[in-house]
Amino acid sequence: MAELTYEQSMEKLEKIVAQLESGELGLEESLKLFEEGTKLAADCNKALNDAEQKIYKLNGEEVEEINVI
Amino acid sequence: MINVTPEVYSVAGLNNYVKTLMEQDFALQCVAVEGEISNFKAHSSGHWYMTLKDDTSSIKAVMFRGQNEHMKYKFVPENGMKVLAVGRVSVYERDGAYQLYINDMMPEGAGSLAVAFEQLREKLEKEGLFRENHKKPLPKFPRTIGVVTAETGAAFQDICKVLRRRWPGAKVVLSPSLVQGADAPASIVAAIEKLDRSGVADVMIVGRGGGSAEDLWCFNDESVARAIYACNTPVISGVGHEPDITIADYVADRRAPTPSAAAEIAVPDRQAELDHLKQLMSKPVMQGPIALINERRLMLDSIVDRISTRATRKVEIERNRFSVMASKLDAFSPLKVLSRGYSITEGPNGVVKSVDDVKTGDKLNIKLSDGTLSAEVV
Repeated sequence: MAELTYEQSMEKLEKIVAQLESGELGLEESLKLFEEGTKLAADCNKALNDAEQKIYKLNGEEVEEINVI
Repeated sequence: MINVTPEVYSVAGLNNYVKTLMEQDFALQCVAVEGEISNFKAHSSGHWYMTLKDDTSSIKAVMFRGQNEHMKYKFVPENGMKVLAVGRVSVYERDGAYQLYINDMMPEGAGSLAVAFEQLREKLEKEGLFRENHKKPLPKFPRTIGVVTAETGAAFQDICKVLRRRWPGAKVVLSPSLVQGADAPASIVAAIEKLDRSGVADVMIVGRGGGSAEDLWCFNDESVARAIYACNTPVISGVGHEPDITIADYVADRRAPTPSAAAEIAVPDRQAELDHLKQLMSKPVMQGPIALINERRLMLDSIVDRISTRATRKVEIERNRFSVMASKLDAFSPLKVLSRGYSITEGPNGVVKSVDDVKTGDKLNIKLSDGTLSAEVV
């Protein structure tokens, strides 16, 4: 499975929380979703905390990384 | 009177001679003339013809297409408009008329730039370049932010700083351009088109920091406006300081008052997202399997409560119904009527309701509340 973007992970997590809150699922399924939600939350948290800005410049047809203070 | 023999010229020769004389005069090769436009005519060839005049004099003037398409401040001349025209003076040999050949022209006096601005704004508005329904929504979580501005300007640094604080996960791709001077519009257009064509950016910031009206003028250029309009990537404009509004601002999908503000709009806020995540994870259902089971237990308890309340209520309702019925039954009981002194008379054909139901000699049973009497009709 391709890695989800922050947006996709967050969307999925919100959906899972809503499903769990509805109480319409079986316990087994709830536990499975809970596990998935926890993993998604960790992904989101990592994406938000570990991100480091990268800056590039279009140079002709090339894209080169540059430093901006 | 000096007696000289005049040299004989052809008309063309004379005009040519005068023209040569004029063109040898350096002062006439680059003059700036202030005047009011009259008899303005935009020929279908694209050349402009007009007369410049002041209170006492007038001079014919022409501005060829090659020049009027590249004016620094693009505007459409109108009769009565005061302008400063820069050009050279020469002779139109066919008519033997000297005239001003204009290279560049700008509206003069206070508010004249505003006139040029307003003319272009109106024109593009009529064409529908500012229509709301053409404006593209901005992505909520852009992964790459394109920036069209000067590489060395403070604007680019400010933009990067804001993006780093709010959403460091987004890549920044600069498409460098000039942002002031005569070549700026073409440079901005090229930078926008290049970035858009590359398809790398989810959203594009176009702008520059504050400056004089002249410095910002390239963002009032028609070609820049059209390039922004044609962009497939959503564009946020951020030009100058708060009160500066440019044509680029009107045509952009979103307008920000400064480059930094454009960066704020372009990305979500990391802190707000962290808070949101924290709030999601603090919900009871996300507190672990035990919490999930407890949640179920609570739900079960509430269902049991509901069932038992309902059952109790049902019994009560039935009990009520019974007592109402019983009292009704009691009220209508025939025994109750007999106790008040009434009786039921039965003949050979059942209950006697009329004197015609019996004849003399019939045996009757008369039911009273406490027993039955036998009788005979006499």
